[in-house]
Amino acid sequence: MNISINGKETIISENSDRTVDSLLEELDVSQRLYVTVELNGEILERPAYETTPVKEGDVIEFLYFMGGGR
Amino acid sequence: MLTESQIERYSRHIILKEVGGKGQQKLLDGKVLIIGAGGLGAPVALYLAAAGVGTIGLADADDVDLSNLQRQVIHFTADIGKPKVESARDKIEAINPDVTVITYKEWVTAANIAGIIADYDFVIDGTDNFAAKFLINDACVLAGKPYSHGGILQFVGQTITILPGQSPCYRCLFPQPPPKDAIPTCSQAGVIGVLPGVIGSIQATEAIKFLLGKGKLLAGRILMYDALDMKFRDVEIKRNANCPICGEHPTITELKDELDALTVCDLKES
Repeated sequence: MNISINGKETIISENSDRTVDSLLEELDVSQRLYVTVELNGEILERPAYETTPVKEGDVIEFLYFMGGGR
Repeated sequence: MLTESQIERYSRHIILKEVGGKGQQKLLDGKVLIIGAGGLGAPVALYLAAAGVGTIGLADADDVDLSNLQRQVIHFTADIGKPKVESARDKIEAINPDVTVITYKEWVTAANIAGIIADYDFVIDGTDNFAAKFLINDACVLAGKPYSHGGILQFVGQTITILPGQSPCYRCLFPQPPPKDAIPTCSQAGVIGVLPGVIGSIQATEAIKFLLGKGKLLAGRILMYDALDMKFRDVEIKRNANCPICGEHPTITELKDELDALTVCDLKES
Protein backbone atom coordinates (compact mmCIF):
# COMPACT_ATOMS: atom_id res chain seq x y z
CA MET A 1 0.00 0.00 0.00
CA ASN A 2 1.10 3.54 -0.75
CA ILE A 3 1.47 6.24 1.86
CA SER A 4 3.40 9.49 2.01
CA ILE A 5 6.00 9.81 4.75
CA ASN A 6 7.72 13.17 5.24
CA GLY A 7 6.87 14.09 1.67
CA LYS A 8 8.15 10.84 0.14
CA GLU A 9 5.83 8.34 -1.53
CA THR A 10 6.46 5.10 0.32
CA ILE A 11 5.28 1.56 -0.35
CA ILE A 12 4.64 -0.59 2.72
CA SER A 13 3.26 -4.12 2.92
CA GLU A 14 -0.49 -4.67 3.18
CA ASN A 15 -1.36 -5.11 6.86
CA SER A 16 -4.82 -4.32 8.14
CA ASP A 17 -3.60 -4.46 11.76
CA ARG A 18 -1.06 -1.70 11.28
CA THR A 19 -1.44 1.30 13.55
CA VAL A 20 0.56 4.52 13.71
CA ASP A 21 2.38 3.08 16.70
CA SER A 22 3.32 -0.16 14.93
CA LEU A 23 4.38 1.82 11.84
CA LEU A 24 6.83 3.80 13.98
CA GLU A 25 8.30 0.53 15.20
CA GLU A 26 8.29 -1.05 11.73
CA LEU A 27 10.15 1.91 10.22
CA ASP A 28 12.44 2.21 13.25
CA VAL A 29 11.65 5.93 13.39
CA SER A 30 14.11 7.87 15.48
CA GLN A 31 12.83 9.50 18.69
CA ARG A 32 10.03 6.89 18.47
CA LEU A 33 8.79 7.55 21.99
CA TYR A 34 8.75 11.33 21.53
CA VAL A 35 8.12 11.99 17.85
CA THR A 36 5.01 13.96 16.97
CA VAL A 37 2.93 12.43 14.19
CA GLU A 38 0.82 14.53 11.88
CA LEU A 39 -1.69 12.37 10.00
CA ASN A 40 -3.45 13.93 7.01
CA GLY A 41 -2.84 17.44 8.36
CA GLU A 42 -3.94 16.78 11.94
CA ILE A 43 -1.56 16.32 14.86
CA LEU A 44 -2.36 13.02 16.57
CA GLU A 45 -2.58 12.83 20.33
CA ARG A 46 -0.01 10.32 21.56
CA PRO A 47 -2.59 7.93 23.12
CA ALA A 48 -4.19 7.67 19.66
CA TYR A 49 -1.03 6.26 18.06
CA GLU A 50 -1.95 2.74 19.19
CA THR A 51 -5.54 2.92 18.01
CA THR A 52 -5.22 4.82 14.75
CA PRO A 53 -4.95 2.57 11.70
CA VAL A 54 -2.68 3.44 8.78
CA LYS A 55 -4.65 3.51 5.55
CA GLU A 56 -3.89 3.63 1.83
CA GLY A 57 -3.05 7.19 0.77
CA ASP A 58 -2.34 8.50 4.27
CA VAL A 59 -0.05 11.52 4.42
CA ILE A 60 2.19 11.21 7.47
CA GLU A 61 4.72 13.66 8.82
CA PHE A 62 7.11 12.89 11.63
CA LEU A 63 8.06 16.00 13.59
CA TYR A 64 11.15 15.66 15.69
CA PHE A 65 12.42 17.39 18.77
CA MET A 66 15.41 19.56 17.97
CA GLY A 67 16.84 21.17 21.07
CA GLY A 68 20.07 22.75 19.85
CA GLY A 69 20.68 26.40 19.23
CA ARG A 70 23.89 27.54 20.80
CA MET B 1 13.16 61.30 10.30
CA LEU B 2 16.09 59.50 8.75
CA THR B 3 19.37 61.39 8.68
CA GLU B 4 21.42 61.69 5.49
CA SER B 5 23.82 59.09 6.80
CA GLN B 6 20.93 56.73 7.60
CA ILE B 7 19.49 57.21 4.11
CA GLU B 8 22.83 56.13 2.72
CA ARG B 9 23.37 53.28 5.20
CA TYR B 10 19.94 51.80 4.54
CA SER B 11 19.71 52.74 0.85
CA ARG B 12 19.41 49.12 -0.31
CA HIS B 13 16.47 48.71 2.05
CA ILE B 14 14.86 52.03 1.23
CA ILE B 15 14.88 51.24 -2.48
CA LEU B 16 12.76 48.15 -1.83
CA LYS B 17 9.08 48.96 -2.25
CA GLU B 18 8.30 46.65 0.71
CA VAL B 19 10.56 48.72 2.96
CA GLY B 20 11.04 52.32 1.84
CA GLY B 21 11.77 55.12 4.28
CA LYS B 22 8.68 54.26 6.33
CA GLY B 23 9.67 50.63 6.68
CA GLN B 24 13.20 51.55 7.65
CA GLN B 25 11.75 53.81 10.34
CA LYS B 26 9.69 50.84 11.58
CA LEU B 27 12.91 48.81 11.87
CA LEU B 28 14.62 51.65 13.73
CA ASP B 29 11.64 51.84 16.08
CA GLY B 30 11.58 48.02 16.46
CA LYS B 31 12.63 46.10 19.55
CA VAL B 32 13.75 42.49 19.24
CA LEU B 33 14.91 40.27 22.10
CA ILE B 34 17.37 37.47 21.32
CA ILE B 35 17.45 34.75 23.97
CA GLY B 36 20.72 32.85 23.60
CA ALA B 37 23.72 34.71 22.16
CA GLY B 38 25.21 31.61 20.57
CA GLY B 39 24.86 29.68 17.31
CA LEU B 40 21.40 30.91 16.34
CA GLY B 41 21.63 34.20 18.21
CA ALA B 42 24.87 35.23 16.48
CA PRO B 43 23.57 35.58 12.90
CA VAL B 44 20.29 36.99 14.17
CA ALA B 45 22.10 39.70 16.13
CA LEU B 46 24.49 40.54 13.28
CA TYR B 47 21.76 40.85 10.65
CA LEU B 48 19.30 42.71 12.84
CA ALA B 49 22.08 45.12 13.80
CA ALA B 50 23.03 45.70 10.18
CA ALA B 51 19.36 46.11 9.24
CA GLY B 52 19.00 48.90 11.78
CA VAL B 53 16.63 47.28 14.25
CA GLY B 54 16.77 50.05 16.81
CA THR B 55 16.70 48.07 20.05
CA ILE B 56 18.21 44.62 20.41
CA GLY B 57 18.02 42.76 23.70
CA LEU B 58 20.48 39.93 24.40
CA ALA B 59 19.87 37.38 27.17
CA ASP B 60 22.55 34.81 27.99
CA ALA B 61 24.45 34.02 31.20
CA ASP B 62 27.30 32.21 29.47
CA ASP B 63 30.89 33.26 28.71
CA VAL B 64 32.57 32.77 25.34
CA ASP B 65 34.37 29.43 25.11
CA LEU B 66 36.90 28.25 22.52
CA SER B 67 34.49 25.49 21.40
CA ASN B 68 31.85 28.15 20.54
CA LEU B 69 33.87 29.80 17.80
CA GLN B 70 33.27 27.11 15.15
CA ARG B 71 29.73 28.48 14.70
CA GLN B 72 28.99 31.45 16.99
CA VAL B 73 30.26 33.99 14.47
CA ILE B 74 29.58 37.07 16.59
CA HIS B 75 32.31 36.00 19.06
CA PHE B 76 36.00 36.25 18.18
CA THR B 77 39.07 34.48 19.54
CA ALA B 78 39.98 37.50 21.66
CA ASP B 79 36.55 37.28 23.34
CA ILE B 80 37.18 33.93 25.03
CA GLY B 81 36.21 34.22 28.68
CA LYS B 82 34.14 37.36 28.12
CA PRO B 83 30.37 37.29 28.81
CA LYS B 84 28.61 36.44 25.53
CA VAL B 85 26.19 39.33 25.90
CA GLU B 86 29.09 41.79 26.19
CA SER B 87 31.01 40.26 23.28
CA ALA B 88 27.86 40.38 21.13
CA ARG B 89 26.98 43.91 22.24
CA ASP B 90 30.46 45.15 21.22
CA LYS B 91 30.06 43.72 17.68
CA ILE B 92 26.53 45.10 17.28
CA GLU B 93 27.67 48.57 18.33
CA ALA B 94 30.65 48.36 15.99
CA ILE B 95 28.40 47.40 13.07
CA ASN B 96 25.75 50.02 13.65
CA PRO B 97 25.71 52.92 16.14
CA ASP B 98 21.98 53.36 15.48
CA VAL B 99 21.28 50.28 17.58
CA THR B 100 20.68 50.38 21.34
CA VAL B 101 21.71 47.09 22.94
CA ILE B 102 20.22 45.94 26.24
CA THR B 103 22.00 43.01 27.89
CA TYR B 104 20.67 40.49 30.39
CA LYS B 105 23.54 38.36 31.70
CA GLU B 106 21.24 35.72 33.11
CA TRP B 107 19.43 32.55 32.11
CA VAL B 108 15.74 33.02 31.49
CA THR B 109 13.62 31.42 34.21
CA ALA B 110 9.95 31.30 35.12
CA ALA B 111 10.69 34.06 37.61
CA ASN B 112 12.37 36.57 35.26
CA ILE B 113 11.24 35.88 31.67
CA ALA B 114 7.93 37.76 31.69
CA GLY B 115 9.70 40.93 32.78
CA ILE B 116 12.47 40.52 30.21
CA ILE B 117 10.21 39.97 27.17
CA ALA B 118 7.63 42.59 28.15
CA ASP B 119 9.15 45.57 26.33
CA TYR B 120 9.94 43.81 23.03
CA ASP B 121 7.96 43.53 19.81
CA PHE B 122 9.37 40.15 18.82
CA VAL B 123 11.40 37.43 20.50
CA ILE B 124 13.98 35.05 19.02
CA ASP B 125 14.52 31.65 20.63
CA GLY B 126 18.20 30.89 20.15
CA THR B 127 18.52 28.61 23.16
CA ASP B 128 19.97 25.13 23.31
CA ASN B 129 17.77 23.21 25.70
CA PHE B 130 14.14 22.15 25.98
CA ALA B 131 13.58 23.74 29.38
CA ALA B 132 14.31 27.16 27.85
CA LYS B 133 12.46 26.44 24.60
CA PHE B 134 9.26 25.47 26.43
CA LEU B 135 9.61 28.36 28.87
CA ILE B 136 10.00 30.86 26.01
CA ASN B 137 6.94 29.39 24.29
CA ASP B 138 4.85 29.55 27.43
CA ALA B 139 5.96 33.08 28.32
CA CYS B 140 5.34 34.36 24.79
CA VAL B 141 1.95 32.64 24.49
CA LEU B 142 0.78 33.93 27.88
CA ALA B 143 2.01 37.45 27.04
CA GLY B 144 0.70 37.34 23.44
CA LYS B 145 4.24 38.02 22.21
CA PRO B 146 5.16 36.86 18.68
CA TYR B 147 8.35 34.84 18.48
CA SER B 148 10.53 32.66 16.29
CA HIS B 149 11.45 29.16 17.44
CA GLY B 150 14.63 27.62 16.10
CA GLY B 151 16.18 24.23 16.69
CA ILE B 152 19.28 22.60 15.25
CA LEU B 153 21.11 19.30 15.56
CA GLN B 154 23.98 17.85 13.55
CA PHE B 155 22.99 18.64 9.92
CA VAL B 156 19.28 19.40 10.37
CA GLY B 157 17.39 22.39 11.64
CA GLN B 158 13.84 23.62 11.92
CA THR B 159 12.11 26.89 12.59
CA ILE B 160 8.57 28.16 13.03
CA THR B 161 7.12 31.55 13.82
CA ILE B 162 4.50 31.67 16.53
CA LEU B 163 1.77 34.30 16.63
CA PRO B 164 0.05 33.51 19.92
CA GLY B 165 -3.69 33.02 19.62
CA GLN B 166 -3.48 33.02 15.82
CA SER B 167 -1.07 30.28 14.82
CA PRO B 168 0.01 26.99 16.41
CA CYS B 169 2.52 27.26 19.24
CA TYR B 170 5.43 24.97 20.09
CA ARG B 171 3.24 23.01 22.52
CA CYS B 172 0.65 22.45 19.76
CA LEU B 173 3.41 20.40 18.09
CA PHE B 174 5.07 19.06 21.22
CA PRO B 175 2.74 19.18 24.24
CA GLN B 176 5.46 18.26 26.74
CA PRO B 177 9.26 18.39 26.76
CA PRO B 178 11.06 15.09 26.26
CA PRO B 179 12.56 13.52 29.39
CA LYS B 180 16.01 14.84 30.14
CA ASP B 181 18.80 13.24 28.13
CA ALA B 182 16.25 11.54 25.81
CA ILE B 183 17.22 13.74 22.85
CA PRO B 184 20.90 14.50 22.20
CA THR B 185 22.16 18.07 22.38
CA CYS B 186 24.64 19.73 20.02
CA SER B 187 27.38 19.41 22.61
CA GLN B 188 26.78 15.67 22.73
CA ALA B 189 25.96 14.95 19.08
CA GLY B 190 27.70 17.77 17.22
CA VAL B 191 26.49 20.42 14.80
CA ILE B 192 27.91 21.60 11.49
CA GLY B 193 29.02 25.16 12.12
CA VAL B 194 27.16 26.78 9.24
CA LEU B 195 23.79 25.26 10.20
CA PRO B 196 22.81 27.88 12.81
CA GLY B 197 23.81 30.49 10.22
CA VAL B 198 21.08 29.20 7.89
CA ILE B 199 18.37 28.80 10.53
CA GLY B 200 19.31 31.99 12.40
CA SER B 201 19.23 34.01 9.17
CA ILE B 202 15.70 32.77 8.56
CA GLN B 203 14.71 33.74 12.11
CA ALA B 204 16.18 37.22 11.53
CA THR B 205 14.20 37.47 8.27
CA GLU B 206 11.02 36.68 10.17
CA ALA B 207 11.73 39.37 12.78
CA ILE B 208 12.32 41.93 10.02
CA LYS B 209 9.17 40.91 8.12
CA PHE B 210 7.19 41.10 11.36
CA LEU B 211 8.45 44.62 12.11
CA LEU B 212 7.77 45.72 8.54
CA GLY B 213 4.35 44.04 8.46
CA LYS B 214 5.23 42.61 5.05
CA GLY B 215 5.18 39.17 3.49
CA LYS B 216 3.91 35.85 4.74
CA LEU B 217 5.34 34.77 8.09
CA LEU B 218 6.41 31.21 8.81
CA ALA B 219 3.37 30.76 11.03
CA GLY B 220 1.17 27.69 10.76
CA ARG B 221 3.96 25.78 9.06
CA ILE B 222 7.29 24.47 10.24
CA LEU B 223 10.29 24.80 7.95
CA MET B 224 12.78 21.95 8.06
CA TYR B 225 16.25 22.10 6.56
CA ASP B 226 18.58 19.19 5.88
CA ALA B 227 22.09 20.36 5.03
CA LEU B 228 23.31 16.93 3.88
CA ASP B 229 20.47 16.48 1.38
CA MET B 230 20.41 20.26 0.83
CA LYS B 231 16.64 20.29 1.04
CA PHE B 232 14.10 22.60 2.60
CA ARG B 233 10.56 21.40 3.34
CA ASP B 234 7.71 23.11 5.06
CA VAL B 235 4.86 21.24 6.67
CA GLU B 236 1.58 22.90 7.48
CA ILE B 237 0.54 22.64 11.10
CA LYS B 238 -2.88 23.40 12.56
CA ARG B 239 -3.58 24.72 16.02
CA ASN B 240 -4.16 21.88 18.45
CA ALA B 241 -7.47 22.15 20.30
CA ASN B 242 -5.91 20.06 23.09
CA CYS B 243 -2.76 22.21 23.35
CA PRO B 244 -1.96 22.53 27.07
CA ILE B 245 -1.33 26.27 26.79
CA CYS B 246 -3.18 27.69 23.77
CA GLY B 247 -5.90 25.04 23.35
CA GLU B 248 -9.55 25.20 24.31
CA HIS B 249 -8.99 24.07 27.90
CA PRO B 250 -5.45 25.10 28.83
CA THR B 251 -3.86 23.37 31.80
CA ILE B 252 -0.87 25.74 31.85
CA THR B 253 -1.96 29.13 33.08
CA GLU B 254 1.21 30.32 34.76
CA LEU B 255 4.93 29.94 34.09
CA LYS B 256 6.97 27.20 35.63
CA ASP B 257 10.43 25.86 34.94
CA GLU B 258 10.48 22.49 33.20
CA LEU B 259 13.17 21.11 35.47
CA ASP B 260 12.73 17.59 34.13
CA ALA B 261 13.80 18.81 30.71
CA LEU B 262 17.14 20.13 31.89
CA THR B 263 20.03 17.96 30.92
CA VAL B 264 23.00 17.29 33.12
CA CYS B 265 25.19 19.67 31.14
CA ASP B 266 22.54 22.41 31.27
CA LEU B 267 22.53 22.14 35.03
CA LYS B 268 26.28 22.36 35.09
CA GLU B 269 26.19 25.43 32.86
CA SER B 270 23.62 27.17 35.01
